[in-house]
Parts: sequence; structure tokens; C-alpha cells
Amino acid sequence: MPDNPVERSRRIIARREGPLLVEGPVEVVLEDGTTVSSERFCVALCTCRRSRIFPWCDTSHRRHARAACPDADR
Amino acid sequence: MEGVEKGPVTEPELPPGRGELSAALTGYLRGTGPLPDDAAIADAAPFGDDLQLALYLCYELHYRGFAGVDAALEWDPELLRVRAALEQPFLAALRAEATRHEHADDALDELLVEPADGRGVTRFLRDEGELWQLREYVAQRSVYHLKEADPHAWVLPRLWGRAKAGMAAVEFDEFGAGRAERVHARLFADLMADLDLDPTYGRYLHESGAEALAVVNLMSLFGLHRALRGALVGHFAAVETTSSPGSRRLADAMRRTGAGPAAEHFYREHVEADAVHEQVVRREVVAGLLEEEPWLDRDIAFGVDATSCLEDRLADRLLGAWRDGESSLRASV
Ligand SMILES: [Fe+2]
Ligand SMILES: [Fe+2]
Repeated sequence: MPDNPVERSRRIIARREGPLLVEGPVEVVLEDGTTVSSERFCVALCTCRRSRIFPWCDTSHRRHARAACPDADR
Repeated sequence: MEGVEKGPVTEPELPPGRGELSAALTGYLRGTGPLPDDAAIADAAPFGDDLQLALYLCYELHYRGFAGVDAALEWDPELLRVRAALEQPFLAALRAEATRHEHADDALDELLVEPADGRGVTRFLRDEGELWQLREYVAQRSVYHLKEADPHAWVLPRLWGRAKAGMAAVEFDEFGAGRAERVHARLFADLMADLDLDPTYGRYLHESGAEALAVVNLMSLFGLHRALRGALVGHFAAVETTSSPGSRRLADAMRRTGAGPAAEHFYREHVEADAVHEQVVRREVVAGLLEEEPWLDRDIAFGVDATSCLEDRLADRLLGAWRDGESSLRASV
């Protein structure tokens, strides 16, 4: 996939709910200075901050139905 | 590609029949007997072992076939007529039992809400699954995962525009993005090896119950019929939407039981990959198809509902057996 930024801007799809979708491959620099990368054709970047695989989305932004019993699992 | 050891690519063995229909089918495929007659097909339970195996045998001719079976039988007119006769009660039962939504968006939105009262197979395996139960789960899922994403490729020539581009992009990822060692079916074979299961294609067909076969027959049915392209897309969207959280629970189950690194990796990869696939399928494939062919809305919803229905049936089979401390398989692995 030709992705010369001179010819073509990288497209990011943003919505209020859910992850940012960024055309891959990407390199993400985290606050501790480490770098993670993905070669996937598209990556989903977590914006809800709840992901256990941050910076990637793991669908933790989804709503949870009300628990039917008090010790219900999430 | 270098460094990839050759996987088994031999044709699977024909399994023994499970009743009149499937026994007749295996005989016909071996060239030793006649096809089942229509009266026998009409009498069979649509979700039962006999009809599901018979249908599976018909469909497998379009994938890898069977050892000792003439590849040309894939297009045998008599066999295709029987296949259609087997499909009809299966599809009718699904339409009657599964249909709950009229619109794709309603059906898919419902899947986005994680149930809080945590029942289901992946929750059970995460919280209390033992290694033998994980092995049973993986053995039965192998009937699908060793052909992961294959039936969905059949829909590509039937799509156009955004739907086609999005579907092809996700399939490219499923097929390893150009790297043989990353093909998802290959990752699943590696997972099976970690669990001391035989990763040979079709190896656990005989051990798998009707419920596990029905899940695979559903995608073959939707994949092989252009008339059901909307349902195929709905099915694929349902799988990708539910996969990420379920895969996380299964990865946790594999870690807790010490199943091994490849076993954990398959599911960890799907947590991340399917969080992306879900978005692409929903925004590009489903929305793109609806833009091109808005009249398929109800079919897409049916594909979602049919998938949930058969997954629920499989879950009932597995959890029902395990809660009684029994095996969910037809024969031990
Ligand atoms: Fe996959
Ligand atoms: Fe996927």
C-alpha cells in the first residue's frame, strides 16, 4: 500500500465512542519512552484508557449490562 | 516463505456415519452405495448429528475433500441435489428459531453490550475451566479454526466498493498478511500442539458434536450461496464483534492453566486483531453493503441472529456436559 505522506495524508477515523482507527503500519511512543509498533493494515487506538493492551483497543469501552446478581462478573 | 515447517496438507479421512443420511453419504462418496432418499432427509432432525454430518460431508468437498474421494464429486449433480435437500430444513429451522431482528444495526448493537451476569463458555473456561475442558473446546473449534476465514473468502466476488475493500483487508489479516507463519489457521494449529492435540486438518471431525458442526455448516451455507451474501456478512460481523472480549477470557484461561505460549498467543492476537476487524467490518463491510444493496438489511440481521443461535446451542452442549462432570465430545481426545 503506497503511503507517501507527500502524496497522501494518513487517514484517521475518529468517533466519540470507540477507538481511533489509524491506517497502519504505526509506531506508538508511550509515556515511559518505550515504543510499540504494529504492521496491521489498520490499528485501533484506545481512547477510553481502560484497555489492558493500551495503546491498542481491546473493546473495554463497551457498555456493560446491569448485573442480574450482586456478585456478577464484568 | 522461509522458516515455516510444512503443515499437514493431506486430505482428511472420511468419518463414520452417525445415522441413515450420513452413512449413505459416506457410502456414495466412496462409490459403494446410493445417496439417501428425500423421505429420510425429511424425517431427520435439522440440528441433529446425522443431518449435520451429512451436510458437512457435502460442504467439505468444496474445501479439502476427503482421502480416497474423487475430487470431481464436488460438482456431481445428484450430490448437489441432495445437498440442497439437506440445506432446506437446516435453513428453515434457523429462520424459524433464530430470527430476532429486522435491521443489521439493531442486531449488531445488541452484541456490543457485554452481559453482566457472566454466563457462557468463555467465562466458564476463564474462571474454572480445567485443561481437559480446554482441550475439548479446542478440539471441537478446530473443525472451524483450521479453515479460519476460508468460507468468508467466497463472498468477495459478490461485493463491491467499500464492502469489498474492507472484507479483503480483514481477510488479508486473517490469512497472515502475506506471512505463512501468521495465518490464523496456522496459529491455531500451533495452539493445538501446545495442548497435545493433533493439528491435522479434519482430525477431530468424528469427535465433534452436531452443535460444533452446525456452526461450520452455517458459514459454508452462507458462503456458497450468493443469495445468502447478506447473511454471510452478518455472520462475519457477529463473529468479529464477539471475538475480542471472548478471546481475552480464553487467553486468560490458557495462562491460568499453563497451556503454553502458542495457546495463549492465538487468543491474545485475536483480542487485538478483532478489535480492529470489528470496526472495519461494521463501518466498511456492513455499511458498504447496505449502501450498495439496502434491501439486504434483513438478511444481514438474520446472519447475526443465526450465528448467535448456533453459538448458544453449542454453549448449552458444552456447559451442560461440563456441569455434570461429563465430556462434551462424542469420543475422547
Ligand atoms: Fe482470526
Ligand atoms: Fe478476525
